[in-house]
Amino acid sequence: MTDLLADDVATMTGTAALPRENGTLAFRAPWEGRAVAVAIAVVERLGLPWDAFRHHLIASIAAAPERPYYESWADALEQLVLERGLTTAPALDAATPTERPTL
Amino acid sequence: MSTDHGHAHHPEPMAPVEARVAALEAVLTERGLLDAAAVDDIVTHFEDDLSPRNGAQVVARAWVDADYKVRLLENGTAAIAELGFSGPEGDHMVVVENTPTIHNLVVCTLCSCYPWPVLGLPPAWYKAPAYRSRAVREPRALLAELGTVIPDTVEIRVWDSSAEVRYLVLPQRPAGTDQLSESELADRVTRDAMIGVERL
Repeated sequence: MTDLLADDVATMTGTAALPRENGTLAFRAPWEGRAVAVAIAVVERLGLPWDAFRHHLIASIAAAPERPYYESWADALEQLVLERGLTTAPALDAATPTERPTL
Repeated sequence: MSTDHGHAHHPEPMAPVEARVAALEAVLTERGLLDAAAVDDIVTHFEDDLSPRNGAQVVARAWVDADYKVRLLENGTAAIAELGFSGPEGDHMVVVENTPTIHNLVVCTLCSCYPWPVLGLPPAWYKAPAYRSRAVREPRALLAELGTVIPDTVEIRVWDSSAEVRYLVLPQRPAGTDQLSESELADRVTRDAMIGVERL
């Protein structure tokens, strides 16, 4: 990951700003961290500016202001991926697991 | 889900959003658009640089407030919640205290149960089979390889985390820190010390 992109992610402001507790990022569950990492990796892979994801994130938060932040993040990630034609909703439905795999 | 180990490590089904993120990652990886190693690297970046330091605040409070320390060792979950830290992966916290004669080490032998609300994301090695097996079989040798030599006079106690109980090590307060404030003390507390693979 480029440091530039990492800075773009960490310095988002407004509704898109990453949730923090006492100044540090707060993940409540591992999937939240995975969702952040996948979004960064996809944006990097496509050579997009971070704003391409940030705009989706702001829109997802605005669409459901009461929804937990990282659920909106996951929604924004899905919207970006579908918009760019990287996969389809049916393909995602088919790949959605119902149980957490044992490591 | 597994119930044949005496204690279930993954008793709950995935939340819909967790499953959806897993699906996104799986599909993108399968199509060659995502490199699993690259994603792991990014996660590691957040683990190392940006993970919550809530646990460090808990430790520092216990060092400066004897009454708090008593409460923390008696009921970890409640004492940690006093500082505002709680969550589904930290609702049965047990805090184990290092002393001059006892060193505590935390592992999850079956998977990677870990107290998210106080320690953030688990480091990659915590999930590695080598750590999970050797922490129990030969903790002293494992710790020495990690740069933490525990004298033979110190007993090592290994705690196996599960879905029911998550452990946090209360390290010994380092010598020469009498002048430090609580927040300065918290800065001295490392994640690895709270897992027990490092002594401060």
